[in-house]
Amino acid sequence: MYNPITSRRINIFKPSFKFWPLLNCEYGKNIISKNLLLKAHKLPYSTNLTSASSFRLAIIGSGPAGFYTAYHMLKEHPSSLVDMYEALPMPFGLVRYGVAPDHPEVKNVQNRFDEVARDARFTFIGNVKFSKELKISDLKSHYDAIVLSYGASQDKRLNIKNEDDSIRNVFSARTFVGWYNGLPQYRDLQPDLTCSDSAIIIGHGNVALDVARILLTDIDELSKTDITEYALEYLRKSRIRNVTLIGRRGPLQVSFTAKELREMMHLPNTRFHTDTELVKTELSANAELISQNRPLKRLMQILENGTSKTVGEKSWSLKFLRSPVEFITRDSSDPPQTNFIKAVKFHINKLEGPPDNRIAVSTGVIEEIETSLVFKSVGYKSTPVEGLPFDEKKGLVPNVKGKVLDKNDNEFPGLYVSGWLKRGPQGVIATTMYDAFETAEIIISDIQQNKPMLSDTIDNCPKMGAEAVIPILHERGIRTVSYDDWKKIEEKEFEVGRRKRKPREKYSRVEEVLGILDK
Amino acid sequence: MVSPNNHYTTKSEGVTINFITPEGDKKTIIANKGESIMDISHTHDDIELECACEGSLACSTCHVIVDPEYYKKLEEPTDEENDMLDLAFGLTETSRLGCQIVMEKDLDGITVTIPSATRNVQLKGSKLS
Repeated sequence: MYNPITSRRINIFKPSFKFWPLLNCEYGKNIISKNLLLKAHKLPYSTNLTSASSFRLAIIGSGPAGFYTAYHMLKEHPSSLVDMYEALPMPFGLVRYGVAPDHPEVKNVQNRFDEVARDARFTFIGNVKFSKELKISDLKSHYDAIVLSYGASQDKRLNIKNEDDSIRNVFSARTFVGWYNGLPQYRDLQPDLTCSDSAIIIGHGNVALDVARILLTDIDELSKTDITEYALEYLRKSRIRNVTLIGRRGPLQVSFTAKELREMMHLPNTRFHTDTELVKTELSANAELISQNRPLKRLMQILENGTSKTVGEKSWSLKFLRSPVEFITRDSSDPPQTNFIKAVKFHINKLEGPPDNRIAVSTGVIEEIETSLVFKSVGYKSTPVEGLPFDEKKGLVPNVKGKVLDKNDNEFPGLYVSGWLKRGPQGVIATTMYDAFETAEIIISDIQQNKPMLSDTIDNCPKMGAEAVIPILHERGIRTVSYDDWKKIEEKEFEVGRRKRKPREKYSRVEEVLGILDK
Repeated sequence: MVSPNNHYTTKSEGVTINFITPEGDKKTIIANKGESIMDISHTHDDIELECACEGSLACSTCHVIVDPEYYKKLEEPTDEENDMLDLAFGLTETSRLGCQIVMEKDLDGITVTIPSATRNVQLKGSKLS
């Protein structure tokens, strides 16, 4: 059998007559020569050529938002073909790089994502940086719609003097968590955990508690988890025995939740300190409010019970009503000491406003707390992408239930958003799951109502998705990573982990991962 | 009505459970003793209950609302289950996690409602909502 256009012999697949209109356009002419590349990505190319009515969806980001959107689309709209683009060679986003190593059950969602990734209608394309190496303009002609689910990869600012001064041993919690979880970007963080026995964490959320818990957990326990080996070595040598979490409001306004607080109270050999008078006063002054709010009531009970934990060599503390205003660095002329954190200056606050919406107001009183290690844990922030709408104030892409809006509040055809980029960087995986399902429902509803999608077809050809985009990426010198590639890497992570009696040993350098794949 | 997947359980061995879907449809299933509601949703395609953490008390996606009469028959939830229920959307007085309800003879005839998952407005960081 010969290709009627190129007259070359067809060895790989035999197109039948019904493919003729598709072969006759630009992409069809190139498709046969691209076969081997596509085969490497196990693309369902033969299915694609028969399904001109398939709905081609690109998803940017491979965390829970991306995967749950894909899951719902494939289940509820079976003629979908979904391609997921991810900046790293490794998928799963914060499930891999945010969830604490001692919370493996939370990572069970990966099993569902794995199922989705193995679906013949799904293609994973890793090691592609959206906006830098792949732009919306590249995708428009090859997809019916795009879902942005690239989350929040920056830190919310404290907005204080010298915050941006790269002071040594001051880290964002997000960076530290990424470091011990093997995020390549922070592989070489090199936190100094030996210079003192105390650390300060600014923030009263679950991420702050995660950092505290990892710093205070017995090293033998940590060594059984999937925490990276290099982080384990740092923690083994760590002198940190006391961690203070400092927040700007009071006990009733904390953002962490019961499970995580309970874990802290159960840390062996660890005392708990707090302003017990303040806790008592706040609890009795707000007794009615607390009684009507079940989660708050249970949380406050754990806090109250914790004040009796007075025995242990290690300690953790909750300090309230303090807002940082300045970082103070060492002024010694010794090079290792320059620009190293020495203390943090705080304003003491009082609470004002209605009981269900208390705000912190500075009293003007200053307190300086000495420290050699600081973690900022006040939230995340999304990054705007050139050419896409972005609400700077809220830090998200403007949308209604996941349909992106342009700056005139009109629906942007074919552009959707799910996860933290849609509603802000808060909530647990379950929240993101419902969020992603909602976006998928809106896409399906838009399809059924024949709402306009991304236009820009070339020669009126059906959209070809990854089959068209992957060759473009390769021409740009990008080494795309398939799901099969990732499974090879994962198998090695399990293998190395087995030898160390850990669930896995994560690869933390992209070059190393690509080197293994290209051996 | 017997679920088509339930070929091997006879009425005398099985325990009846009624599901009310978020759309309001009633589905009756004859389950085996020892099966949790999570297990039942896995073996019955028409019961849609997402169990994200696979029964390890690390999420609240299998949240169901139990009819009050049967709620009393269930063992008290542990602290761990209650911690997860705290985060469930649309929590009620008779809410439980489906992965923790194991079918036994005295639960024969139980009805559980799968709540609708849609959130309206996400109040910023507020547990006071």
